[in-house]
Amino acid sequence: MTMEATRYQDGSISYPGHPRGPDGAEPVETIDLSEYTAEVVTWTTSTATPPGVREPNHLAIVDFDLSEAVDDGDQSVRAIVQLTTGDVETGDEVRAVYEDELREPGAGIREPDSQEWDGYRFEPV
Amino acid sequence: MERVAVIGASMTQFGQREDEWILELLSEAALECLEDADVEASELEHLYVSNMASGEFEGQTGVMNALAHDIDAVPAYTQRIDQTSSSGGAGIYAAWQSVASGASELTMLVGGEKMTHRTTGESTDVIASLTHPVEYKTGVTLPSFAGLTARHYLERFDAPRESLAKVAVKNHKNGVDNPNAQFRKEIDEETALESPIVADPLRLYDFCPITDGSAALLLCPEDVAQEYTDEYAVITGIDGATDTHVVHERDDPTVMGGVVESGKGAYEMSGRGPEDVDVAELHDMFTILEFLQMEGLGFAEQGEAWKLVEEGNTERDTGDLPINTSGGLKSKGHPLGASGVAQAVEIYEQLVGEAGPRQVDAEVGLCCNVGGFGNCVITTIMEAAQ
Repeated sequence: MTMEATRYQDGSISYPGHPRGPDGAEPVETIDLSEYTAEVVTWTTSTATPPGVREPNHLAIVDFDLSEAVDDGDQSVRAIVQLTTGDVETGDEVRAVYEDELREPGAGIREPDSQEWDGYRFEPV
Repeated sequence: MERVAVIGASMTQFGQREDEWILELLSEAALECLEDADVEASELEHLYVSNMASGEFEGQTGVMNALAHDIDAVPAYTQRIDQTSSSGGAGIYAAWQSVASGASELTMLVGGEKMTHRTTGESTDVIASLTHPVEYKTGVTLPSFAGLTARHYLERFDAPRESLAKVAVKNHKNGVDNPNAQFRKEIDEETALESPIVADPLRLYDFCPITDGSAALLLCPEDVAQEYTDEYAVITGIDGATDTHVVHERDDPTVMGGVVESGKGAYEMSGRGPEDVDVAELHDMFTILEFLQMEGLGFAEQGEAWKLVEEGNTERDTGDLPINTSGGLKSKGHPLGASGVAQAVEIYEQLVGEAGPRQVDAEVGLCCNVGGFGNCVITTIMEAAQ
């Protein structure tokens, strides 16, 4: 399992990847974000969760510093992730922990075979 | 291009409508709108239905054709418009296009949704299904996006938590005078601030309810509007825009690009600017969205909308720019496909002087309807007929 961000011809990076990047730039490589730590930009604890989602559900938008992975263009990328705890603050450093199912496939409205359900939760370093 | 007039409007009771399903709700608003303008359904050339998810909520698809038959509008051209929570605004855009282009001389738009038979979790999941797979598998919901954004806004702009509660208090107060609102109950700041946490730092009273309801508008070219009525409004500006599907990919979490772009387009078409707007209906699905739209539409500088709310500038009876005189989605309710239409119904009533105890002095009104978490946005500017 990886958590792949996509780098495009123009040096931009996105998570998730798209068939085309900014200004129509084509994808050129992927970067596994699970190998990097990230900084919490903002976070919330959701107490009203849909079927198949843990309650409470700790969520954050985090920012990965990729300056060691790329020499030019974007040096960071953001992602929305689950946190292992609500005991965090903006600016905290977090790292990936693998999880078989981030939410229960088939419990919600989305077709279980239409997407992957494993991934990473993030814990404070 | 024809100038487009709104010559009729209606809105059903919003709330928990236990005995009505989507087809009954749509028919109710449609017939009331036709009666409001004294028009026969057989005169309709185009009939649009704004609806996000009747298939997912109720297992009923084809609602546009069903409505055409139920109100005896056959053989009018019909189409269902789905743009998630901005389906209503997108329907206004489609209906406006149909008249402005000359394709139709008389167009009705009906927006509606039936939701309350589902549990809160199920309804939340239907709405969250608009998210990208990497978002959906985290269990993120639209309220969660609001919590993430609200924390960032409050921390970055040093805004007091109480300012969000003031939005809820104001909109609940306005809703008391709206007979069709789901909640006609005033709340105080303390109640809002001590209500249960839903998506930290946001609490129950920062969120709109789940709602059944429908609303409708009747449109025709302005040059024939007086054949129907002396009291009408004109759509002088309208535009729609998108932002990223994946919310965290936006450069600035506190800027909704779709609001900014659709607002620019609507202002440009109308020749108006934010300083000309007398009354606005903003998409307060979450209290934080009222701040983001005020800033995106130029009513406030970035990071300063909360100050206008704190100073009372958005109050109905005393503010320079009354916002959500209808009660907003917050107290009026949010039946997804109906909400954007109901915003325009409120602005129409304000412009033709039919808003009763909610009436403000207004010649120019604006409504902003937001789909997803700013993913799709429609901004409409309406003016009183001269």
